[in-house]
Amino acid sequence: MSAMPTLTEHPAALALTRRHRLRWWEPLPWVLALAFYFLFPRHLGFGTELLIMVLFAISLDLALGYAGIITLGHAAFFGAGAYTVGMLAQYGIWTEPITGLIAGAAVAALIGFLSGLVLLRTTGLTLLMLTLCTMALLEEAANLGHDWTGGFDGLTGITIPPLFGLFEFNPLFPKTQYLYVLGVLFVCFVFARTLVYSPFGQSLTGIRENTLRMHAVGAPVRTRLVVCYTISAALAGIAGGIWAQANAYVNLSTLGLDRAATVLIILVLGGYGRLYGAFVGALAYMALAHFLSQVYPTAWQLGLGLLLVAIALFARGGIIGVGETLVQRLRPKMYQKQPPS
Amino acid sequence: MTATLLETRSVSKNFGALRAASDVTFKLEEGARHALIGPNGAGKTTFINLLTGVLLPTSGAVYLKGQDITTMEQAARVKRGIARTFQINRLFRGLSVLENVYISVAERVGAAPQMLKPAGARRDVIDEAMHLLETLKIANDAHHTIAGLPYGRQRLVELAIALGLKPEVLLLDEPAAGVPSAESHIILDAIDALPKTIGVLIIDHDMDLVFRFAKKITVLVRGAIFAEGTPKEIGANPDVRAVYLGQATTHG
Repeated sequence: MSAMPTLTEHPAALALTRRHRLRWWEPLPWVLALAFYFLFPRHLGFGTELLIMVLFAISLDLALGYAGIITLGHAAFFGAGAYTVGMLAQYGIWTEPITGLIAGAAVAALIGFLSGLVLLRTTGLTLLMLTLCTMALLEEAANLGHDWTGGFDGLTGITIPPLFGLFEFNPLFPKTQYLYVLGVLFVCFVFARTLVYSPFGQSLTGIRENTLRMHAVGAPVRTRLVVCYTISAALAGIAGGIWAQANAYVNLSTLGLDRAATVLIILVLGGYGRLYGAFVGALAYMALAHFLSQVYPTAWQLGLGLLLVAIALFARGGIIGVGETLVQRLRPKMYQKQPPS
Repeated sequence: MTATLLETRSVSKNFGALRAASDVTFKLEEGARHALIGPNGAGKTTFINLLTGVLLPTSGAVYLKGQDITTMEQAARVKRGIARTFQINRLFRGLSVLENVYISVAERVGAAPQMLKPAGARRDVIDEAMHLLETLKIANDAHHTIAGLPYGRQRLVELAIALGLKPEVLLLDEPAAGVPSAESHIILDAIDALPKTIGVLIIDHDMDLVFRFAKKITVLVRGAIFAEGTPKEIGANPDVRAVYLGQATTHG
């Protein structure tokens, strides 16, 4: 008995206690993002788009990767945020960027909450179709509400006043946009990271792994799912709102299936339920799309499709998952040291 | 006279024309070590589902400590002290053993809704989960994911999750099913070591296990109570031998 480590020193207990601590590589994405700013001033438009997709993918990861809510309609919330910011600015009601984002998040959260109350009673294919329907309804509403939303043409004349009254948004040299988006992404990421390592986040993974058992341990499963879905929608709304601000326009593409599918592909590519899958996936997707469309402009999506098939068949954890497996193979078996029982 | 923990009064459950539970009046006492046996398809698991709220009875009522819980939701019953294990493991397969138990303990102590504090900061929950794993002698597997664990150990995790809820009523649906007989004593020992005040209802086919464990046995046949009594009475009951035990004795 004396050779046994005390329970709190048990490797598993220690691992769980320290799980949320910052790892050495975690500052890396932010260092790279800042380096990008200085190294590629001519490509900041691309960089801004990339960072927005990362934020959008993180929002999806909370719902899909952690709570296991299968959705194909996440662009509904992206679009809700974008149109909120766009319409407030277009009609001169509210133009200040940061509070505008909060408004976008609130509207998206409200839609997420209300639709979630109904949707999250279902699972599987039914849930998938209903999320798709919610998005289609919003898209059609934006299309038909021409007088307010600009319909098919969208809202094109959005002017956003300088950030903090100092830094101008310039569509040609989007320096301000890039740093602004990076800042917002950082804040949202810190929140999402806190959430997934919390007991609440742990209970979401429980729902994902075995919903039935979560009921049997007395968890209010549907409440948890609705809360998670609402938070996820709010983050997606921020991503959409910031997209509208950075591009100075809003159109129906923000609400479309294309966008919903793209963010799903990004998450699957990078690895869902892993937080950093959003970063890796967005980078891989945008780089691949760029590269493939140069090599083979007419059918570049074929290459992407083949890659997705390969990932779905052989690497469910995406790029990060492959990385994790490699690290585990290379690392000496750290838990073997403990004494036998 | 001990207090009644869980009670059903004339509970019936129909699935269309099939009567899976038929006028079942049943009592589980405080500190009970009660077994529910019966041939395949007798409605044993249906009965557990009626007690835990997975199914609602067609007629009749369920009481917990005198309170009518017939229509109460599953989660609310758990909060009031009913926990169960499943005949087929229902674990969080992608998570570690410790995380599995953490989830259940966190739910009981009310830590689970916390969003802004790391799970690792709830040392109380981790400690309790680890202690539980140690009493079940699976602390050394705490860091393993469920998927990589032998089936017998998985059964113990199944039990650990239920115990993490500190139940007053524990319903065990074939706890030793699928466990090699050489290892089933680990599970029985774990059940023996439970606090004496818990009322335990066990469902099993394994007669050795049932007769070793139970102080009272209820025999269920075609959804209805067929006989009830001490192991001695049940073992000596010629009708029970005919419908149930007889099958085993003629083969053995």
